[in-house]
Amino acid sequence: MTSGAFVRALAMPALLTVALALTRLAHPTFGAFDIQSLALGALPLALAAAAQAIVVISGGIDLSIGSQIAIANVLSASLMQHADFRQSLMISVLVLAAGAGLGLVNGVVVALSRIPDVVATLTTGFIFGGGALLILERPGGGAPAAYLNLAAGQDFGPWLPNGLIVMILGVAAVWAPIRLTRIGLLIYAAGSDPIAAFRSGVDVRAARTIAYLFSGIACAIGGMALTMTTGIGAPLAGAYYTLSSVAAIVIGGVSLTGGRGGMVGPVVAALLLTLAPMDLVFLGIDPNYGQVIQGALIVLVVMAAGFYAYWRERK
Amino acid sequence: MSAALEFLRARTIFALILLLALFVGFVELVRPGTVTPLWVSNALMFAAPLAIMGGGQTLVMLTGGIDLSVSAVATGSAYLLATNASHGDFYALAIALSLGAIVGAVNGIGVALLRVQPLVMTLGTGLMTGGVMIVYSQQMMASQPHVPGLIQTLGAGKLAGFVPVDLFLWLIVGGVILFGLHRTGFGRLVYAVGDNAEACHLAGVRVWRVLFVDYLICSVLASITGLVLVGGTNAADLSLAESYLLPSVACVVIGGTSIFGGRGGYGGTIVGALILTVLTSLLTLLDVSEPAKQILFGAIILVLAAAYARLTE
Repeated sequence: MTSGAFVRALAMPALLTVALALTRLAHPTFGAFDIQSLALGALPLALAAAAQAIVVISGGIDLSIGSQIAIANVLSASLMQHADFRQSLMISVLVLAAGAGLGLVNGVVVALSRIPDVVATLTTGFIFGGGALLILERPGGGAPAAYLNLAAGQDFGPWLPNGLIVMILGVAAVWAPIRLTRIGLLIYAAGSDPIAAFRSGVDVRAARTIAYLFSGIACAIGGMALTMTTGIGAPLAGAYYTLSSVAAIVIGGVSLTGGRGGMVGPVVAALLLTLAPMDLVFLGIDPNYGQVIQGALIVLVVMAAGFYAYWRERK
Repeated sequence: MSAALEFLRARTIFALILLLALFVGFVELVRPGTVTPLWVSNALMFAAPLAIMGGGQTLVMLTGGIDLSVSAVATGSAYLLATNASHGDFYALAIALSLGAIVGAVNGIGVALLRVQPLVMTLGTGLMTGGVMIVYSQQMMASQPHVPGLIQTLGAGKLAGFVPVDLFLWLIVGGVILFGLHRTGFGRLVYAVGDNAEACHLAGVRVWRVLFVDYLICSVLASITGLVLVGGTNAADLSLAESYLLPSVACVVIGGTSIFGGRGGYGGTIVGALILTVLTSLLTLLDVSEPAKQILFGAIILVLAAAYARLTE
């Protein structure tokens, strides 16, 4: 690892540490309870960010992430309503398979139709949104308490909420198979220079389809996490995650032109994006400004990255 | 057969019009007697806001961009109009349209001067606009929002009980766009920048000016769309134009404008907007549930966009 890469890998966690320290300064009673709500709030977003990161690294963009999360959310909440814990775990496997299926649909549509990613996933997102409404028309459903406790509990002490552990395990579950095998190489190659990758024998379309597939699995985990943290299924709850997942990866240093970025950045960015509205409440500002701040952050970060590239070119 | 395909390939607008006729035929087939002059008049009335928004989207897509903030701008403008109407119609109108101008200018500065990818820039400004409107709506709780009569006439009125008023607005906007794209230097530059921005820059074109004006016009058109929509529903809420984002992009793509820029035009978008409006009408006739309608609508858009990509390949 070069020193530059080392600095980049540590920058986001350092930023989070500073943000937490500042929060503690501004609000001295910030403690275990707030860490718990931070973890719960950031959990689905972290998985949405992971899903978006995988697709963007492969050279695409996924505007259907919110709808995919909504489907996993309503599917799990409607099936688990009267199930016990063991059955719920089996249903989880089913939801994961469904998520992989949705991701595969995206991948196949993008690979075969020649419609640009933005338009294709905007449209599949619309379709999936209809699917979520078909499964559950209005917020409802539920899951057994033991299942909710998987994310909402505090089995390892008040300072290490389950939500944080589920977040790390969930992201690792989709990222490890990519990073530790040849798949990762293919996805990064397809994203950084599709033509060069094609000429080196990489099946770019297959690589990008696989990226969408893994992204679908991440969304399924995110949707079930949403069920665990909210206790219900809501067909329209996903909308927030499409835009915020883009915010998280942009802030987390994933290049929108593909082929560059990792997973630590987006996940830490998800925590930061959840912390920001909490801080607004502590400071007595309307937390709805959180959305404004998110929008501004996306734009500012990309501008800064642009300036940085420009400045390096000039040097 | 192949000669016919060749002809359609060269003149894709005919393929689109054929498709439109086909959809109208389906409507008549599903429920005979539906396609009356009144139905046509209603279809035109509903197509107008989409086509106006699609006009802006066409302009930015021709330069290789996209504007994902249009639905937030349309909703925001409509809301601002309704909540400020008590201060006078023209004041409210000015406030509403200035939202479009401001967001458009910000988009323009970001995309044209600071070289932010259009997708990210407009996603960001869309989020900001939506957030500001939520905060604003909570402070506005006390006042009674209402839609000025003038705007109600614009969105829902019909001249002589038949010709929708918003059709005139569409004709004006459409005429200006078509004239601007094909008969002015600005139009040529829009195509040129979309085709090869780098070459334009080297040829001495001030690319940033073209892009800036482009995004500004797009947002103002989105703003106008919001006014037409709120005139039609006579009720402003913060989800008014949410469902217009996908159709605004889809009518341009189906209409044959390449998202990579430089190819296409407003003519295709007009037919695209009409196709999507007739499709909505068709799905309503089929008497399926709202979610199923959404799924069918999206699936048909995918098929049409894919077919078009094949045809022009």
